[in-house]
Amino acid sequence: MALNLVYLTIVAAFGSAVLPILFCRSTVASKLVAFILLGISGLSGILGGGMALLGKVDISAELPIGLPWLHCHLHLDPLSGFFLFLVSLISLMAAIYGSAYVREYQQGSQPLLPLTLFTGLFVVGMDLVMLADDAFSFMIAWELMSVSSYFLVAYQHQNETNRRAAFIYLLMAQIGGLFILLGYGVLASFSGAFDFSSMQAVELSPAWSSLAFVLALIGFGMKAGIVPLHVWLPQAHPVAPSHISALMSGVMLKVAIYGFIRFVYDLLGNIYWQWGVMVLSIGCISAILGVLYALMQHDLKRLLAYHSVENIGIIYMGLGLSMIFAGTNHLELATLGLIAALYHCLNHALFKSLLFLGAGAILQQSREHNLEKMGGLIKRMPVTAFCFLIGCISISALPPFNGFVSEWLTFQTALQGTILTNHILTALIPISAAVLALTGALAAACFVKVYGVCFLGLPRSQNCAEATETAYGPQLSQILLAALCLFFGVFPTWTVSQIENIAQILLPTGIPMATSHGWLWLTPVSSDVASYGAPMVFLGIGSAWLIVWLWLHPRRKKMEIRIAPAWDCGFGSLNARMQYTATSFTMPIRRIFRPVWFISENYQQPGENAPGGRYELKVGDWAWLKIYQLIGRLLLATAKRAAFIQGGNIRIYLVYSFFTLLFLLWVVSL
Amino acid sequence: MNGWILAIVQTSLLLLCAPLLTGWVKWIKCKLQSRQGAPPWQPYRDLFKLFKKEVVLAESASPIFRVAPYIVFGVTVLAGSVVPMFAIGLPTAAIADVIVLVGFFALGRFFLALAGMDVGTAFGGMGSSREMTISSLAEPAMLMAVFTLAMTVHSTNLASMTRYLLEQPLQLYPSFVFSAMGLLLVAVAETGRIPIDNPATHLELTMVHEAMILEYTGRHLALMEWGAMLKLMIYGMLLGDIFFPWGIADSFAPLPLLIGFLSLFLKLFLLGLSLAIMETGLAKMRFFRVPQYLGLAFILCLLGMLSHVILEIN
Amino acid sequence: MSYAQLSLMEQLILTLSAMILLTSFLLLAQSRIISLINTFASQGFLLFLGTCLIAQSSGRYHLYISAGMTLALKVFFVPWLLRRLVRRLDIRRDVENVGGPSMIMIAGGALVLFSYYVALPIRELSDLATRNTIAISLAVILLGMLMMITRRKAVAQVVGFMSMENGLFFAAVVSTYGMPMVVELGIAFDVLVAAVLFGIFFFQIRAGIGSLDVDHLNRLHEVDR
Repeated sequence: MALNLVYLTIVAAFGSAVLPILFCRSTVASKLVAFILLGISGLSGILGGGMALLGKVDISAELPIGLPWLHCHLHLDPLSGFFLFLVSLISLMAAIYGSAYVREYQQGSQPLLPLTLFTGLFVVGMDLVMLADDAFSFMIAWELMSVSSYFLVAYQHQNETNRRAAFIYLLMAQIGGLFILLGYGVLASFSGAFDFSSMQAVELSPAWSSLAFVLALIGFGMKAGIVPLHVWLPQAHPVAPSHISALMSGVMLKVAIYGFIRFVYDLLGNIYWQWGVMVLSIGCISAILGVLYALMQHDLKRLLAYHSVENIGIIYMGLGLSMIFAGTNHLELATLGLIAALYHCLNHALFKSLLFLGAGAILQQSREHNLEKMGGLIKRMPVTAFCFLIGCISISALPPFNGFVSEWLTFQTALQGTILTNHILTALIPISAAVLALTGALAAACFVKVYGVCFLGLPRSQNCAEATETAYGPQLSQILLAALCLFFGVFPTWTVSQIENIAQILLPTGIPMATSHGWLWLTPVSSDVASYGAPMVFLGIGSAWLIVWLWLHPRRKKMEIRIAPAWDCGFGSLNARMQYTATSFTMPIRRIFRPVWFISENYQQPGENAPGGRYELKVGDWAWLKIYQLIGRLLLATAKRAAFIQGGNIRIYLVYSFFTLLFLLWVVSL
Repeated sequence: MNGWILAIVQTSLLLLCAPLLTGWVKWIKCKLQSRQGAPPWQPYRDLFKLFKKEVVLAESASPIFRVAPYIVFGVTVLAGSVVPMFAIGLPTAAIADVIVLVGFFALGRFFLALAGMDVGTAFGGMGSSREMTISSLAEPAMLMAVFTLAMTVHSTNLASMTRYLLEQPLQLYPSFVFSAMGLLLVAVAETGRIPIDNPATHLELTMVHEAMILEYTGRHLALMEWGAMLKLMIYGMLLGDIFFPWGIADSFAPLPLLIGFLSLFLKLFLLGLSLAIMETGLAKMRFFRVPQYLGLAFILCLLGMLSHVILEIN
Repeated sequence: MSYAQLSLMEQLILTLSAMILLTSFLLLAQSRIISLINTFASQGFLLFLGTCLIAQSSGRYHLYISAGMTLALKVFFVPWLLRRLVRRLDIRRDVENVGGPSMIMIAGGALVLFSYYVALPIRELSDLATRNTIAISLAVILLGMLMMITRRKAVAQVVGFMSMENGLFFAAVVSTYGMPMVVELGIAFDVLVAAVLFGIFFFQIRAGIGSLDVDHLNRLHEVDR
């Protein structure tokens, strides 16, 4: 049953890619077909993935397609079911959101067909990655996902920046793919077969398995966007259409996490704690640098993309802790860390999609992507503003919303570091937890900035003053996502008990203590150590509010609220230019963490062409400037050296071919 | 059932006593500075007056501005209800551990900062920016201290922490000494006292908390002020619970409860006194010195953790 | 033996050792020379207290002599000498550091962990209650060295050197309950002579190159660039 639903998911997504071509005469019809089929795919995927997760199914299938000696192996278990659920959930939301959102492309010069075609293929690729049970079909699905998302990034190709972003994205995706391929190569050379079950069976020497691990870490990390492999992410995600950004940021990064978990926990199996230390430190660096770079961005979607780097870092921290504990044989704690990481995958998919959809709505309605031009949108777009607020609270890891639960679980895992016998690790793990705390607090600061500058205050541009609320489809998808954020924040115990199914397969143990006190309490280790009653918190905040309101409300009738100009210490009438901007809001943080960014500041005294003076601030990414540009220059220099072989004469090229042929014949004869 | 009733009683007592603590600090500070000073119960009068006054809203204010005081107050009350006041073992203590408590304060602060940005005045934005900067540096230090303590007591649940410390004979842990110093610095920063922020100032360049609530009037202002008083009291209770747990009641019999209450009273009395002395002796710091101050707090907490690992584990 | 089983006196000694580590960090972070010297004096005082407590708890009363020398030399004499120098050279307000303060602090934290790691095997050799503090005293030595590396001004470097000596002294006291008296007297005499010599050298350096900034000594390098 679950497998059939999953087949339906893939077929419907494929249909949403291909069928609109038949209706290419009418854009409305093709749009409807595409988005309805995408929605069906999403729904059946939610059901299929959910059944696989909740019902702990374990089904294998073999399709007679692919290479003659290597059929396409498929496998559905709770781990793939969980990620399939995520992908489908967000693609359903994208389908609800997209049909109204793409209206602007309908009238414009941009044809709609490429968008629907590659969206469908993109979702098919992601679904197939979850199902693949041999390295060959995994890589094909992976490349399908990468290449089709390249076309989505390049969709609005008339802009130079978009083409450049898409090129960098494709380049890095291919390099990442190469590393993954090599990682599978190491496994396959020992197992002698490409299917995952025989890869699981082999025992590798520590050196070879560490090599495979490092290859997988780089390969999947390239896609997940860990620092310093993240540079494509803030360039590619903002330029795609917003529901695609939601899919890319919300779930495509999770596909990389899925691949990593599958590779390390399932295929390699024997985990060493040193790997965990590596993953944990990468996670720490990604989390803190991601949020610090996000703080300095003023392009809303770019800012959100950097926050993806941060959240991927948090997920890697959970995974790293889990691997440390798994490597030292504390399986229950390893399970706890894994659950924290998976829970954060779920949460990040929800709130990041919500935020990207909200950002898309703002972009569409106000035509502004620069924070410094926004302001006062809460009055123009109340529904979007409300949902965006929930997204902001969730991503800032504040109770009682979902982001808090997974970070809390990560903290609890880190707290158990005292049971390790290696005391250096005991000392390092709390430091990583402090990094997590700093990350969370900075994220809160960043989203106060985003929300305060974007939705509150006075509008800073005419466009924003005239914006209107978006259509019902986008509103509905945002409301649904916001409700899910609240749901997974208030009922963590149930969620944890379901995610535990995954851990029971990967690490053959569960955490019975976590959910033993009923649905009301979450007690990861034991009730004496720590407990969190999320429903109680929600109720508590609600009832405290209710009591205060009931107490104060009667007074309200006696005294009407008077609306008056803002007081502002009596400085006179307000205007939009008096407000704090995003740049000024983050100025203290910029000053405190100065070495983190490449900052060039330029102040020009008031003069003829700049009556009020001129201030220019550029904040660059060190990773880009110091690593990638260097690599680029080296490559160019090498290419110039090698250019002499290109003589231009056709006979010379024939000579090359001739000698290559001779060489190959010699090789064959050996 | 007894526990729940006691929890409600405790929370209402907290609500009632918080203004007294603030008033007491103010009064003793005035005395130390040779000023006449308003009586310690003055905050009650202020709150009462504010609740009676009409509310004036700025034209540019959004619903966030009107919702924020209720959320800030509600969350702070909830935070207060989970911190053991004069008895441990209350059922509310299981709702949240210290990390969740930090989360509560962060939630309140999030809305406070949003409210500061809402009207669109320069002061509000300035206050919000500063508040978020300070808190983002204070939070890691605070959690580091909590972690250090949790390494010894094996729990982040406040009631379990207090119980563990009560049941042990007197011990001197180097890590506790450092955490106490670090947490004290953090508490001063988080409650907006001198040298980080001056609760009495309305000078535009120096205010942090006051800048955010500048546009509030009437009952909204009252709720915000009351929330700040509660926060001071909660931090006082927190420090008392962890570092001076003696006297707190571990059963619900009348006598231990009375002793618990009196000991709490004494602890807060002394804490207020030392706070007033410190505020009199110190000058407010320049804002860009605050990172160094909080860096010191973090280093203290870090040394606490390291000394736990080095000295206390065998 | 777990920590809770130690006597209160021994716990106090361990706490004092942690405080000595704290003063080392304060020395690293201190930007004004006068407060630097004061912090150094307080480190000496903590050392004196620690030595007294160890003398009391272990019953080795000759340690009181070492403690007394510490008090006289490191709490009173050397700080007094340095303060006088600073006043005479008029460098009270000098603020100088190489690298950002936060980077130095992070390096300091890493050094503490490193010295813990290095001291683990040494710890096994001793069975004293204070053996855990060997790592701390090693860290004090390394932090003193770090301070000498990161400071520009010669006075701060002298303080760093003296604080290294504090670490050595403390290591000797906690690991073996003190060195033989002759050695300790010798070291104390060394410190005394060093302090006096440094004082003379400061004047010489300043007369020679017009500053106490050791970066100016770069001119003495071998190769002409």
